[in-house]
Amino acid sequence: MSAIKVFVPCDAAAIACGADSVAEAILSEAGKAGVEIKLVRNGSRGMLWLEPLVEVEADGVRYGFGPVRKRDVAALVAAGLFTAPASVSHDLAIGVVSEHPFLTAQQRLTFARCGITDPRSLDDYLAHGGYKGLARALELGSAGIVAEVTKSGLRGRGGAGFPTGIKWKTVHDAKGTQKYIVCNADEGDSGTFADRMIMEGDPFELIEGMTIAGIAVGATRGYIYCRSEYPHAISTLRAAIGTARANGYLGPKVNGTEFAFELEVREGAGAYVCGEETSLLESLEGKRGLVRAKPPLPAHVGLFGKPTIINNVLSLTAVPHILADGADAMRTTAWAARAARCRSRSPATSSMAACSRPPSASRSAIWSRRSAAVRCRAARSRRFRSVARSAPIFRHLSLIRPSTTRNSPRRTR
Amino acid sequence: MRHETFSNERTREIVSSHLGLEGPLLPILHAVRETFGYVPEAAVPVIAEELNLSRAEVHGVVTFYHDFNRAPHGRHVVKICRAEACQSVGVETLVAHAERSLGVSMGETSPDGRVTLEPIYCLGLCACAPAAMVDGRIIGRLDMEAIDEIVAEVDR
Repeated sequence: MSAIKVFVPCDAAAIACGADSVAEAILSEAGKAGVEIKLVRNGSRGMLWLEPLVEVEADGVRYGFGPVRKRDVAALVAAGLFTAPASVSHDLAIGVVSEHPFLTAQQRLTFARCGITDPRSLDDYLAHGGYKGLARALELGSAGIVAEVTKSGLRGRGGAGFPTGIKWKTVHDAKGTQKYIVCNADEGDSGTFADRMIMEGDPFELIEGMTIAGIAVGATRGYIYCRSEYPHAISTLRAAIGTARANGYLGPKVNGTEFAFELEVREGAGAYVCGEETSLLESLEGKRGLVRAKPPLPAHVGLFGKPTIINNVLSLTAVPHILADGADAMRTTAWAARAARCRSRSPATSSMAACSRPPSASRSAIWSRRSAAVRCRAARSRRFRSVARSAPIFRHLSLIRPSTTRNSPRRTR
Repeated sequence: MRHETFSNERTREIVSSHLGLEGPLLPILHAVRETFGYVPEAAVPVIAEELNLSRAEVHGVVTFYHDFNRAPHGRHVVKICRAEACQSVGVETLVAHAERSLGVSMGETSPDGRVTLEPIYCLGLCACAPAAMVDGRIIGRLDMEAIDEIVAEVDR
């Protein structure tokens, strides 16, 4: 009998709620029970109120349990966690994870693999459709990639919503011996953490997106500028970049072709303003993060004065799907049909936190009312308004903890 | 975490190991901070000379970024998130409790060098807020008991 697969997320939110000690306890209990298990540290499914969400696979179906604390593990194992996960009778059992109401209402593209796979495993990435976008990009060539991204209607996911294809075309047409791809992973605004989740949950997707961008505009170097408050994202990205390089997906001959692309993660240093693209470029150059005057645009005079694409994490992670499935795929999905009047057709991800409530069978009515309220509040804030206007809201993450401290002082900052 | 004692030679070593990078100043300052536990004033002229920059330029960068502390931290570093999402679920009450229990104010190091208490602005753990980072370890769903555990850990 092959080893039973057990999943414990390595997402920072899960770790902050004790996932590491839960993983240790599971290994130790399995050892005591003499059960052979394969522990996989996956990303987060986005159901953060259930973290750490432990999943056990039986006959290809994943059964979930959460939120699991270290002290719950022994009881769960005694109730049949390893031997019969489908019939465990325990308060923490949530049944088949993919049938959870939070997930069945969603159609995921960017986050399709997040929570399913081991983020540090290239084999897992390839087995779930990874690097198909790069393969098609290499067939299309530079101009073809730019045309495909333009046709997809992808707009910048950092919030401003600038058409990504136009930005890429500007850099493609710019003259320069050296060009750069820069990923803005300085996700500083409180309440937003989708960039962190995808970097920790599916880092190869970002690497693939940046590689495609490099081939599209003739850039041979890329930088991911990630804030220092995200140490787990930084280490996951660095590990994934090392694996991609060792397997020929980065380096002097990407996938054995004549294209070269090198990628490096740079750590920010606690300056909020560096999330603004020109001060981010200053910071990458080793200077104080002071905002530059525009024009010239970074597309013409960017990093070290060279033509530079600077895109948000979620813009770049949308690119592999656009290439793999074709620009038209962005127009034919259910939410794209609803958003037929919008000029932006690719999904946007929203993060929700604080005083909202998780969906459950008995609470679904409350959930939809509350989440609508949350979305309305979010839509009133400037940052979200651009997303709400330019794209169908893809309610991907819900972030939720029934608040026990609601009488405490409200925001004062 | 054990840190080395500052020396010019060690600083030069750190700089030279980063010279292959484009725009190496931030990675150098991170490495200096990790090695010595802070960015000593005396490191500034050494780095400036090695990189052929003016002292003012290096000083300007060191002082611009919050992460480059210019004095050593305490043996334990407790960072509590005070950004909006954490505030919305009541982190300020916890901050007051932590200040009282640890005997230091936000942004200060205790006189005995036991602990430094600092604010941090968003760990991206908003869904399990309030959040904190203790000696690099992240903690979510922070409450009074969790603060008491942190205090006990620091006092140990």
